[in-house]
Amino acid sequence: MTTHPITEADLHAYVDAQLPADRHAEVMAYLAAEPAEAERLQAYRAQKEALRQLFDPLLEEELPEKLRSLAEKPIATVNAKKQSFLSRWSLQRIAAGVFIALLGGAAGWLGHGQYQANDRLAQMVPLPRQAAVAHVVYSPDVKRPVEVTADQEDQLIKWLTKRLGTPVSPPKLGALGFELIGGRLLPGNTGPVAQFMYHDSSGQRLTIYVSTENASNRDTAFRFAKEGPVNVFYWVDGKFGYALSAGIDKSELARVATAVYDQLERK
Amino acid sequence: MESSAILTELPRLRRYARALVGNRAAADDLVQDTLERAWSRLAQWRVGSDLRAWLFGIMHNLRVDQLRRPGLNTLPMEDEEFEVPIRATQTDRLELSDLESSLARLPEEQRAVLLLVALEEMSYEDVASTLEIPIGTVMSRLSRGRERLRLILQGRPPAVNLRVVR
Repeated sequence: MTTHPITEADLHAYVDAQLPADRHAEVMAYLAAEPAEAERLQAYRAQKEALRQLFDPLLEEELPEKLRSLAEKPIATVNAKKQSFLSRWSLQRIAAGVFIALLGGAAGWLGHGQYQANDRLAQMVPLPRQAAVAHVVYSPDVKRPVEVTADQEDQLIKWLTKRLGTPVSPPKLGALGFELIGGRLLPGNTGPVAQFMYHDSSGQRLTIYVSTENASNRDTAFRFAKEGPVNVFYWVDGKFGYALSAGIDKSELARVATAVYDQLERK
Repeated sequence: MESSAILTELPRLRRYARALVGNRAAADDLVQDTLERAWSRLAQWRVGSDLRAWLFGIMHNLRVDQLRRPGLNTLPMEDEEFEVPIRATQTDRLELSDLESSLARLPEEQRAVLLLVALEEMSYEDVASTLEIPIGTVMSRLSRGRERLRLILQGRPPAVNLRVVR
């Protein structure tokens, strides 16, 4: 028999049935001579069993529908371009974004709305839905689609920045063929949100909805939603929620969303 | 890759996330983010390799990102937290809830190793590659985690030094 000393790793491997067969007898002999050690390992084995007992019932639980549907392959991931975009998505970079410095303001706003928090939560409308409704209401408006037009862009930026309590400005989408029409202030779930409107040469309108009300403070990757004829790409970055809505197809909208995200990231 | 293959792994991902994060809603959010990232990085998955290890690795990286994020780590409240506690009469119930709160007192890096070994029955090598740490680190975290948990469960303050067996 070899005289390799018994290591702590051997003892754990023994508990976990990962010990090479030829070491088994040595460990058994060691434990026979060291009852305190045998007792310690027994406690580890009991931990293992108790953990299984505690958490195994989750295996039998019915999966939430949200998770079940995410196990399905999303169509958008087939697009190679989107893949490369998403792989660049990192929370670290987002955290480095300039907007992080402004979270204090948003948090102050949330703090002020603490009263009746339960009622408010019950009335929360999800971001893509808010954005889609705002799109449907304002984008068909021929005469007055926006409150402040693009020729007064400086004023628009100043005004919305002041009302939202954080710098907001419309992304430049000229390279993608979308020209700014203007923007407006809207009521969100708990306070003001901004909407920017664009159109392309064919008159197709696209809106960008910027909310600072993301109370859950969780960043998300790109998500896609469809509200009737309107396609919506949205994502959450700290307190900020962004949603792009248009009646254009998903891949085209993804392209614009990528450009918007890149511009926000560069700031 | 088949959706059904991912669906098969879902309950295990959920179980691990729940044990790791300690909160049902936050755990499901983590699983959700894991699925989203998995689909977006499908190109990085090598056909024939271990899907489960790959998914757990993604989840681990997301969790690390979460923990590194500056600011408050807020967790959504769960319905159960508002329920009036009714004392369970069976002692095993009590012991299990003790276990859960004791587990939460472990450093997360130790908890992760402990759970992958205990719940997933992963080999130490697989734990090392999933968490992207050397195997020696796996063993020391496992050892420290188990001992700490044992002492907490016994109501003794965890000792800093560890016995070295020679």
